[in-house]
Amino acid sequence: MLKDMTIGQYYPGNSLIHRLDPRVKLLGTLVFIISLFTFSSISAYALATVAVLTVVAVSRVPLRYILKGLKPIFILMLITILFNLFMTPGTAVLQIWKLKMTEEGIRFAIHMAVRLTYLIIGSSILTFTTTPNSLTDGLESGLGWMNRLHVPVHEIAMMMSIALRFIPILMDETDKIMRAQEARGADFQSGGVFHRVKAMVPLLVPLFVSAFRRANDLALAMEARGYHGGAGRTKMKPLVYHRKDWIAFLVMAGYVAAQILLRIFVKI
Amino acid sequence: MKSSDRRSIIEGHDLTYEYLHYDDDGNVDASYRALKGVSLDVKEGQFIAILGHNGSGKSTLARQLNALLVPSGGTLFVDGLDTREEKNVGAIRQAAGMVFQNPDNQIIASVVEEDAGFGPENMGVPTKEIWERVRKALKAVGMWEYRESSPNRLSGGQKQRVAIAGVIAMKPKCIVLDEPTAMLDPGGRAEVIRTVRELNRTDGITVILITHYMEEVIYADRVLVMDEGAVVMSGTPREVFSNVRALKEIRLDVPFVTELADRLKERGVPLPDGILTVEELTEELEKIRHGDQNRAS
Ligand SMILES: Nc1ncnc2c1ncn2[C@@H]1O[C@H](COP(=O)(O)OP(=O)(O)O)[C@@H](O)[C@H]1O
Ligand SMILES: [Mg+2]
Repeated sequence: MLKDMTIGQYYPGNSLIHRLDPRVKLLGTLVFIISLFTFSSISAYALATVAVLTVVAVSRVPLRYILKGLKPIFILMLITILFNLFMTPGTAVLQIWKLKMTEEGIRFAIHMAVRLTYLIIGSSILTFTTTPNSLTDGLESGLGWMNRLHVPVHEIAMMMSIALRFIPILMDETDKIMRAQEARGADFQSGGVFHRVKAMVPLLVPLFVSAFRRANDLALAMEARGYHGGAGRTKMKPLVYHRKDWIAFLVMAGYVAAQILLRIFVKI
Repeated sequence: MKSSDRRSIIEGHDLTYEYLHYDDDGNVDASYRALKGVSLDVKEGQFIAILGHNGSGKSTLARQLNALLVPSGGTLFVDGLDTREEKNVGAIRQAAGMVFQNPDNQIIASVVEEDAGFGPENMGVPTKEIWERVRKALKAVGMWEYRESSPNRLSGGQKQRVAIAGVIAMKPKCIVLDEPTAMLDPGGRAEVIRTVRELNRTDGITVILITHYMEEVIYADRVLVMDEGAVVMSGTPREVFSNVRALKEIRLDVPFVTELADRLKERGVPLPDGILTVEELTEELEKIRHGDQNRAS
């Protein structure tokens, strides 16, 4: 099941979007998401749609593939929408038993649906076109200023990249332990949800033991190779802005300006 | 050059080490003496093998050499630096690199080349030079073609070679390998040993190989045998393996041919002590056969 999740995965490619500096993409995603919540008229959504479609086209990630990533959160979205439809106070349009669907609710639900969909699409374009490594690099360098607020930015980025390295290893290991226990009669497939979750418990113990042993070994290996935190470290692949990155910043500014203009001059 | 003329890279004198266990208040409530007076002197460019049964203190000794642990007693100088001095730690870790047993648990980055660059990054080497070192190191271990691969896609032997490259990129004088082949298949083991020998011979890097595969120590200049925290035997592979009985007493195996030769000798076949390879044994047996034929004619 976990393997079917496309969300958060990297889609290998060499498009302009793939090659942009990760900091540009991070900021771009952030700007886009903020714009979704600040500009919420039909024209604003139309512009956002144009922007998203253009970026998707340039990135050459198939739209189908991106939309597939929406599936796992479809239920979550449905609940959010239903909740908004019926729980928002206002003029009733439809009444089922004690639940009132209101006009305000409909409007709000549409907004939420659009925002959530675009938020997911926007952030998946980021992860589809950026390797996990360059994403953590981007976060480390882009958030470097937070060091001054005593946020251990380097350490957090290091933890993220180590987690990314070990997730596949631990998944493999889970698989192996599961098969070993199945061979001895454990049953992970049948029964209700409760039964299946209970069957997973004996799985967690060996998995945790192994994870701790790995963490211990890794800490030793890092220390042996002279790791002593972020201070005094150089970078093998330092992030440098190129011309295309500056142009991308300009495009971003253009997008925000266009949204502002739409809000002032187009009133739908 | 005779080895006694060379500079010592590792000089340990009467080393002891105690693992301490603390209770909840931070007081020592148990201790275990894992090293009991080990002395060793390794010259630059040597290939040293350390043998010993599980729990004999090999890893504990290895960790002293990289200042991951510091001696509880005695003195240890690595590249002329006292490991007990905090300020030497950086230089010691650069001079004596360390390769561990589990290939998965010592690769830090998700791309081969980035892992090779991890050590130099920690040392503060400028970007351009990091690339230079990474290229050389990956080529030296034959992993340059895999530089952009994910370590997860590599075989065990290849992962260990990446780990070795990660150490080489720090330009060490000495590499300590703590059972680097224990988790590998025979092919992977041969790959790693070949790489290590190559580095020793062509680049003159001092190698300290800890292992419990006897076949891997026959290339060593000197073999140290450890038991219960002490060095109980030391000498050339031939000298050490001539003493089959003593090795068996400390629960160590000898290479298969050595064992075979030893048994033949017990049955009265006049063979010399400490035969290490199949070629040697066949040669000796040929000699004996020729001798018999000569006498017969
Ligand atoms: N962290 C530790 N705490 C306490 N005792 C330890 C620790 N690590 C190793 N030991 C003990 O020290 C002895 C030597 O261990 P080690 O150096 O790992 O041996 P080897 O590598 O030869 O198998 C063993 O008896 C082991 O149980
Ligand atoms: Mg050990």
